[in-house]
Amino acid sequence: MTACLEEVAADAYPRIVATLIRVTGDWTLAEDCAQEALALAVQRWPGEGEPANPGGWLMTVARNRAIDTLRRASVERRKLAELAALTPDADETPGAGREEEVVDDRLRLVFTCCHPALALESRVALTLRTVCGVPTADIARAFLVTESAMTRRLTRAKTKIADAGIPYRVPSGRALGERLPGVLAVLYLLFTQGYNADGDPAFAEEAIRLARLLRRLMPGQREVPALLALFLLQHSRRDARRDADGGLLTLDRQDRSRWDRQAIAEGLAVLAEAERDSPYGLQARIAACHATAPSVSGTDWAEIARCYDGLAAMRSTPVVELNRAVAHGYAHGPEAGLALLARSRAGGALDAHPLALAAEAELTARSGDHQRAAALFRQAADVAHSEPERRALLDRAAETSG
Amino acid sequence: MKYLMFVCSDTQPDTDKTDWPDVDVWVAENDARGRRVRGAVLAPETAATTVRVREGELILTDGPFAETKEVIVGFDLLDCADLDEAIEVARTHPMARAGRLELRPFADFEQ
Repeated sequence: MTACLEEVAADAYPRIVATLIRVTGDWTLAEDCAQEALALAVQRWPGEGEPANPGGWLMTVARNRAIDTLRRASVERRKLAELAALTPDADETPGAGREEEVVDDRLRLVFTCCHPALALESRVALTLRTVCGVPTADIARAFLVTESAMTRRLTRAKTKIADAGIPYRVPSGRALGERLPGVLAVLYLLFTQGYNADGDPAFAEEAIRLARLLRRLMPGQREVPALLALFLLQHSRRDARRDADGGLLTLDRQDRSRWDRQAIAEGLAVLAEAERDSPYGLQARIAACHATAPSVSGTDWAEIARCYDGLAAMRSTPVVELNRAVAHGYAHGPEAGLALLARSRAGGALDAHPLALAAEAELTARSGDHQRAAALFRQAADVAHSEPERRALLDRAAETSG
Repeated sequence: MKYLMFVCSDTQPDTDKTDWPDVDVWVAENDARGRRVRGAVLAPETAATTVRVREGELILTDGPFAETKEVIVGFDLLDCADLDEAIEVARTHPMARAGRLELRPFADFEQ
């Protein structure tokens, strides 16, 4: 795909799928028709030139495909009439309430894909497939299952939506407050799936795209910009996170000149309109401290420690406690960090956790006990979850003892 | 859409006992709004009899078909617009706190 077509497709695809699902109620038909429209564009546009209204062109093709298919299946006239009435350039028509209708369709689609009556892994997969148009094979690879297994999972999810009567609707009132966190959690999973050591970076970009869309469509929900800010600030480091061999680099070893300044600026601007003391808001503030710091030692660790205190008070998890200990270690000295770490490990939840061992190793090194620190780094490497992580830890062990 | 709501016991009921809903209020309200068609409390599972016919022979077993700690203690037939409405109805039932509820849509052969 050309860069232009790719951009048009990313914007048009969810609109088309969402609108066709609303009118026909048929998820597979909607996806197939949207895909066919894109395929036709790939074939025609290079030769014939891009149409004046690319999104409208794609919508018309997809709509006509849907009408043809439904005619052959002799579907009731009401649906056909409604399809025929769809204005292809709906989103280009100013005012007239049209934009709102199209916008609502995409939101409806996101909320339906993320319905809590579906299994969490199905929600993530269905969002990737239906809202983002990611090929099933790519999703299968990311979730370490075969393509046919992923196809079955997606089919099961779509069947459940139809059979169980999951509505195609954005909830309102109390239900919106209850459901939005679930939608954001799916986006967060999508992002981390892309951000992790072995993840597919395209997923992180899809998560950012969706967060931008939600922010535009639900301006009153301040937890949405918090999540978007978190994504942008973390994603700004994507090019600096690996060395030439693909090994993961910790913050202190990254070339900060390779951080994406534009993404950081946007992240900070978005953070200004976000809920600051919510779970995502606190995480975004932490990411902002890192993103704006000239170096590890020049980082506002006191603010980071405060944010982790807030997170720990809200929902204490072993990983939050671990990072809190590290932050306090930088802000108030390695002994303070080691004390918090010992407390968070008391429950045994962090035993044999590579990050816990690595954190203890770092703090121990800074407290001056290099021999013990190197041993801890080697222990952490033994239980590392990925090869790049293992190599990074062994490097630290060598540095510390050397 | 019609949903059969299985009302089940649970080994881990809600420990928060505040604002415990009253089942009579729940029945009256949902009957009045046409969201509950009917329902009943069932006799204990010790009164259950399981029936099978295999190769012409009637086989009767004492007790429910599955031996579990969570048992069906009643049911309600709901008539709701969609799953979200059924969930709203179910969440206010006292057994959502004391036990668990399973919402099973009727199969739609019209599709």
